[in-house]
Amino acid sequence: MSALYSLLTVLVLILLAYFGVASAHLGVLFGTVIPFAAIAVFLAGLAYRVVKWANTPVPFRIPSTCGQQKSLPWIKQGRLESPSTALGVLGRMALEVLLFRSLFRNTKAELRDGPRLVYGENKWLWLGALAFHWTFLVIFLRHLRFFMEPVPRLVNLLADVDGFFQVGAPVLYVTDLVILAALLYLLFRRLRDPQIRYISLFTDYFALFLLLGLAGSGVLMRYFTRADIVAIKELAIGLVTFSPVIPKEVGPLFFVHLFLLCVLLAYFPFSKLMHAPGVFLSPTRNLANNNRMKRHVNPWDYPVKVHTYAEWEEEFHDKIKAAGLPLDRE
Amino acid sequence: MAEKQPKPEDLAQVDYRPPKKGWMDPHVDFRKGTYCYSALAKNIEYLGMPNPRDWQPFNADWKLPPNWKQIILDGMKDRLEKYRSFRLFMDICVRCGACADKCHFYVGSGDPKNMPVLRAELIRSVYRRYFTPAGKAFGALAGGRELTEDVIKEWFYYFYQCTECRRCSVFCPYGIDQAEITMIGRELLNLLGLNINWVIEPAANCFRTGNHLGIQPHGFADSIGFAVDELEEITGVRVEAPINRKGAEVLFVTPSADYFGTPHYYTLLGYLQLFHEIGLDYTWSAFAGEGGNFGLFTSHEMIKRLNNKIYAEAKRLGVKWIIGGECGHMWRVIHQYMDTMNGPANFLEVPKSPITGTVFENAKSTKMVHITEFTSDLIRNGKLKLDPTRNDHWNVTFHDSCNPARAMGLFEEPRYVIKNTCRNFHEMPENTIREQTFCCGSGAGLGTDENFEMRMRGGLPRANAVKHVHETKGVNVLSCICAIDKANLSTLMEYWVPGVEVAGIHEFVGNALVMKGEKERTTDLRGTPLRGKEAAHA
Amino acid sequence: MRDRGLIFTGLVLFLGLITFPVWYNLASGTSSKPPELKLPTAEKQCVAPTETMRMSHMEMLITWRDQVVRQNDRTYVAADGKRYDMSLTNTCLKCHDNKAEFCDKCHDYAGVKPYCWDCHIDPKLVQRSKG
Repeated sequence: MSALYSLLTVLVLILLAYFGVASAHLGVLFGTVIPFAAIAVFLAGLAYRVVKWANTPVPFRIPSTCGQQKSLPWIKQGRLESPSTALGVLGRMALEVLLFRSLFRNTKAELRDGPRLVYGENKWLWLGALAFHWTFLVIFLRHLRFFMEPVPRLVNLLADVDGFFQVGAPVLYVTDLVILAALLYLLFRRLRDPQIRYISLFTDYFALFLLLGLAGSGVLMRYFTRADIVAIKELAIGLVTFSPVIPKEVGPLFFVHLFLLCVLLAYFPFSKLMHAPGVFLSPTRNLANNNRMKRHVNPWDYPVKVHTYAEWEEEFHDKIKAAGLPLDRE
Repeated sequence: MAEKQPKPEDLAQVDYRPPKKGWMDPHVDFRKGTYCYSALAKNIEYLGMPNPRDWQPFNADWKLPPNWKQIILDGMKDRLEKYRSFRLFMDICVRCGACADKCHFYVGSGDPKNMPVLRAELIRSVYRRYFTPAGKAFGALAGGRELTEDVIKEWFYYFYQCTECRRCSVFCPYGIDQAEITMIGRELLNLLGLNINWVIEPAANCFRTGNHLGIQPHGFADSIGFAVDELEEITGVRVEAPINRKGAEVLFVTPSADYFGTPHYYTLLGYLQLFHEIGLDYTWSAFAGEGGNFGLFTSHEMIKRLNNKIYAEAKRLGVKWIIGGECGHMWRVIHQYMDTMNGPANFLEVPKSPITGTVFENAKSTKMVHITEFTSDLIRNGKLKLDPTRNDHWNVTFHDSCNPARAMGLFEEPRYVIKNTCRNFHEMPENTIREQTFCCGSGAGLGTDENFEMRMRGGLPRANAVKHVHETKGVNVLSCICAIDKANLSTLMEYWVPGVEVAGIHEFVGNALVMKGEKERTTDLRGTPLRGKEAAHA
Repeated sequence: MRDRGLIFTGLVLFLGLITFPVWYNLASGTSSKPPELKLPTAEKQCVAPTETMRMSHMEMLITWRDQVVRQNDRTYVAADGKRYDMSLTNTCLKCHDNKAEFCDKCHDYAGVKPYCWDCHIDPKLVQRSKG
């Protein structure tokens, strides 16, 4: 049900942008006003959320240790899985952020007759997630050609590598295929697996459909319906130089693409998509396992009611004496 | 046990199909065998916690305070501002489901609310409804859920169906730790006086007497004295076991189960032998006679209140540093909380083994050393005379206890000790050991008789891995370094893998340790004849 | 323990990076004006309407290439019935005789690197080398 509602919502958004421009001629709204608003919401919202996290203290040092602690010199420490230094933490975080280390551990538990529990390899989620995130980054960087003039050499180089196979004209980007495949896999997985389907919320599908719509409209424009990219660049440059223009050659499909991006940007700070900045702040990952070496200070620590030795001795005085144990006060 | 126990073959039939109704429906069926009884009013009163009264989870009326909803929402707000972990873990989950089949309770019960992701969603949905703009505006569409009494009951059921083992946090791509969420969830429930007796009674006992069992000082002295006598019978050596002795170099703190539980007791004998043999200048304390800390299963404040005794006693006795015995959650507290809560321990010295001269740099601030760190250093430096053949009747595997594994990274030290004291050692499959180890199913205060079915379900993954090495390698003893494990794994083995015993590591040390002046050993610490000595024993 | 310095540094770094195009264009003095092309003067009519040519010339060229190379078919019939020789050099570049001022202008602007020129040669360059 949530999947259907999400799909419908995204379809409505698509139609809104398409006919908003094609029929109602709201080009300025969809091409200038909404993009500026969306970017502002994205930047301010993201900063607000991160500042809020940053202002919330980490009272205790609680890394999840996934490797041998640093203890005796002859015991080999898991420097990346149980780092005790800042450098080690940097390495652990890099593995986590760039390669999704933890997800790579994923297994599938299956209870067979016997009972016998077996654990199978299950790297598909890792692969799908990694493929999606990396291709998204590459596609994002490739799009800088629309936002920067002159186009930086690195951006061109990236496009060359991405279009290495030189299939067709315009050249097919491998990332375009991969991102669609990855998103479809992630969606398929959510729908197929009864457990994952059970936990999935509207927002989980919404993010996927939104991204599929975004990637799909881009692919459609590039390879099928065609778009006037010179005019699109005019519009894009207009946005980032704060001198917006809406060239008449820009077709409605482009506005669908842009609008979905705007929705994604504006939605980002209010949603689970905040996992992107959040992963850097996770206290079970970004803290060193040097707990007994270096004291961690809790900024809101307060005194608590304790049971002192004197109170204890007073209560059990006679029994302590009878047992022949030493007393502080005879 | 009065209740009829379910048969293993019935429990092993787990239905993983999610129910028809969505998870946002909070209704819980409190079925016997799957929950723990409520905390007694006297214990709550003794600890000065809110809302002491008589009630049980199966009652319709839980006698909540009239402003319970405000208490919870205020409590959530307070904790959202105090714990980045809590706020972040409320915000960033993407529900990828990688954690789902990593939870022993989910694997053993098939209840989708035991998937860590969903257990967290139980509280996250309330967070979204009352603390996020999207949830306030769109409610259920944005994953928000009204806070009702049924939700509170549901929290109680599922937050006391999590053993805070942190296995999910190993697999989560963002390190979301359900233990952290459960800890906060239980703190919130405690604000309404919703706790279980198996947690609160040990906490109250510990606060008053210094140990979970409520043993008073003379009883403590008696049990240690009894162990000394029994050890003399077995080894012919009379060891010293000073209690509350000022001026000793080392304070030794271990869970109280070690001197009152079985098979913990054999581990205690091992400690006594070891300390005697190396001539350690140490003392026990009847006041700080508990390493365990059921505050960890209650609230952060309670951790601090109970943990306070260790440093206080170390200071009073004037010791230089502290050794801690075999215990799981105790070591989570000591490794990750003690120094922050009750430190800095400037009155202590950086631990230095008086026997080997090794300085324990890894404990230079907290000044407390794990017994397996201490013992493995002794073995490495050749300071112990060990005869591993005395453990030949044991075919050993090792269960990494959750907390030393995932909150400490203590993997090699216990293995080193085992391999030097036992000749038959086999690891369980790699998905079930080290950082991926499975909980015994009864941690975090859930080891009650009335919770039997759920404990056995939760323990299934661990038991199954033991069964594998029992059948393929002939393993007959499951060793571990946790008092809760020792108690619960025994029941678990009896239920799922009959024929496998449970033992602490220092029981093996005690068996293998060749002591000066000992008589010819014919039995192990349990009185079982040694291999080849059956005749002599008879 | 908040590590706020570190987090805020990271946040500022991210905001700087994500808004990089703004600073870049500011530094380059970029305006939203599109490139101006040098259009042929002799011929007023292309093989297809301007709009189609702007968006889809690359598709047409690929089709031409395939037809010529694979089917040996060199005749293109335009929508108005007019016939053209399918040839980049002899048809397109006959009118659009200034590659640098026509093709490259937009291609560079949009960051497109067509591989036409892996085989084909800018006639201007040929003439220059002849002369």
